[in-house]
Amino acid sequence: MDIAVLVKQVPDTYSERKLRDDGTLDRAAADAVIDEIDSRGVEIALQLTEQHGGEVTVVTMGPDRATETLRKALAMGAHQAVHVVDDGLAGSDALQTSAALAAALKTLTFDLVITGNEASDGKSGTVPAMLAERLGLPSVSSARAVSVDGSTLSAEKIVDGGYAEVTASLPAVLSVSEKIAEPRYPNFKGIMAAKKKPLTTLGIAELGLENTGGAAAPCQVVSSSPKPPREAGQKVTDDGTGGSQLAAFLAAERLI
Amino acid sequence: MSEVLVLVEHAEGAVRTITGELLTAARRLGSPAAVVVGVPGTTDSLRADLTALGAEKIYAAESDDVGKYLVTPQVAALAAAAQGASPAAILLPNTVDGKDIGGRLAVRLGSGLIADAVDLDAEGVATQSIFGGSYTVQTKVTTPAPIVLLRQNAISAEPQAGAGEVTALEFSVDPATATTVTAVHVEPAGDRPELAGAQTVVSGGRGVGSAEQFAVVEDLADALGAAVGASRAAVDSGYYPQQFQVGQTGTTVSPQLYVALGISGAIQHRAGMQTSKTIVAVNKDPDAPIFEIADFGVVGDLFDVAPKLSEEVKARKA
Ligand SMILES: Cc1cc2nc3c(=O)[nH]c(=O)nc-3n(C[C@H](O)[C@H](O)[C@H](O)COP(=O)(O)OP(=O)(O)OC[C@H]3O[C@@H](n4cnc5c(N)ncnc54)[C@H](O)[C@@H]3O)c2cc1C
Repeated sequence: MDIAVLVKQVPDTYSERKLRDDGTLDRAAADAVIDEIDSRGVEIALQLTEQHGGEVTVVTMGPDRATETLRKALAMGAHQAVHVVDDGLAGSDALQTSAALAAALKTLTFDLVITGNEASDGKSGTVPAMLAERLGLPSVSSARAVSVDGSTLSAEKIVDGGYAEVTASLPAVLSVSEKIAEPRYPNFKGIMAAKKKPLTTLGIAELGLENTGGAAAPCQVVSSSPKPPREAGQKVTDDGTGGSQLAAFLAAERLI
Repeated sequence: MSEVLVLVEHAEGAVRTITGELLTAARRLGSPAAVVVGVPGTTDSLRADLTALGAEKIYAAESDDVGKYLVTPQVAALAAAAQGASPAAILLPNTVDGKDIGGRLAVRLGSGLIADAVDLDAEGVATQSIFGGSYTVQTKVTTPAPIVLLRQNAISAEPQAGAGEVTALEFSVDPATATTVTAVHVEPAGDRPELAGAQTVVSGGRGVGSAEQFAVVEDLADALGAAVGASRAAVDSGYYPQQFQVGQTGTTVSPQLYVALGISGAIQHRAGMQTSKTIVAVNKDPDAPIFEIADFGVVGDLFDVAPKLSEEVKARKA
């Protein structure tokens, strides 16, 4: 089975993340890394193709430097990569992003599309469902376990208060939760091999996209402002009365 | 006045609290219209509550298929309601299902979508709190029928009875895009409040040390009438189930009081709790970053401090 995995380059969550004045992400402010959830998506795709055969194609949309993220996924073992890149795509919202990614996926053959359940920067978590709708496919979101038998996908997906067992017929779109798998580390051989693996770039013209970019986005940022950071309050060292002092603080704040 | 469609969250014949919050937000923009998607008979059992919460109209989208399939029945029902009503907006809860329903619906209707809104005004401008609450962003949708996913517990419900007029809604699910649900495993919520909407949250981290010792966290939570949360390290170590994870990749909470026990306060944990009104922490390490955002911090062993606090809370209640 052939699998397309969507990966995204995001600001490292360990660093301070910033917005520019126009409300778009300041990509220069923080280190850029493959979103951790997407490295788990690549991992489960590799495991599924190791079991069932087939190839893994990693797909990203992002500026030039997002190729770093594709190379990382190729070094883990993905077979080829597709980079959707065009200055005209800057500032896209979820609906526009899903249109561009759906168009790129239509240039491939696949039995399964795997995505992270939610990017750590945008956090909208709606692109997987939008893609499934655009491709006319069934979808399973926030999977914590998955298996494939013939043309049937079975998964355990997270729901409020627990999980559900679900099935869908392939091709399908699957979004994974962070409990799906621990990503493997690329080894030296993988990193060297990644440099030679095929990487295709696609732009707005090749994909036949219309109404692209921030100015045409259905969602417009009206304003954005940083919040003042929280300040540290009182700190006491427990000498046997820590619990009582904490209770006194909570009582004074009318919290108990 | 245009209708504002609200997808009703319900379980076991009862309306969930987020529905009242959505109906309250809907009233700012137009006439609240609740869309009930359920097996036949569901609308009857919810009607009185929805009317009291503010629904002027109630669409009854009922079918035996609901529950058999993931989200596609809700998408089809909302699309059918939207085609008839040309709504001013469509409001959904910002849950896993809400995101799936909203995402598909946005494509089907060509509507812009705003996820994880913490407020919505009469002009349809939504407020989002991003990067763990370090930025506030205001966003507006320029297409007709904007879809807004509202974070639970972000605005308070102000019930104001509506007309509650019931209209049946026809809809059909396309089997080609359907995902079948074969089993659901949900642990009974018990007496504790739901994490995302709780007024008080007591969370334990790796410092709790074991699944058994999480009883200390639960005891304090029960004394305070709180929900229990956990850090990712605690979840990864198997001390507590994943659905209780607070943080960047877990649940975002914004309670009146957040109690962190044996949690270092990594940036990804803070991202899910730093908008809490009051934060208190107990940690052995005086340099733990959690103290940088705590209103009151105790440097000490959580196994000494938390039980004492539980006792005092119980004593004050009695
Ligand atoms: C992409 C990404 C997403 C992430 N998402 C999340 C998330 O959603 N939620 C989350 O929590 N983390 C998340 N993390 C992980 C995060 O970086 C930290 O690893 C995690 O929060 C640490 O959990 P902890 O504080 O329980 O453990 P530790 O950092 O190990 O801290 C344990 C603390 O307990 C204290 N302690 C030990 N024993 C005692 C005692 N007896 N009494 C008092 N104190 C004691 C120690 O001093 C220490 O400060 C994410 C990381 C990444 C990369």
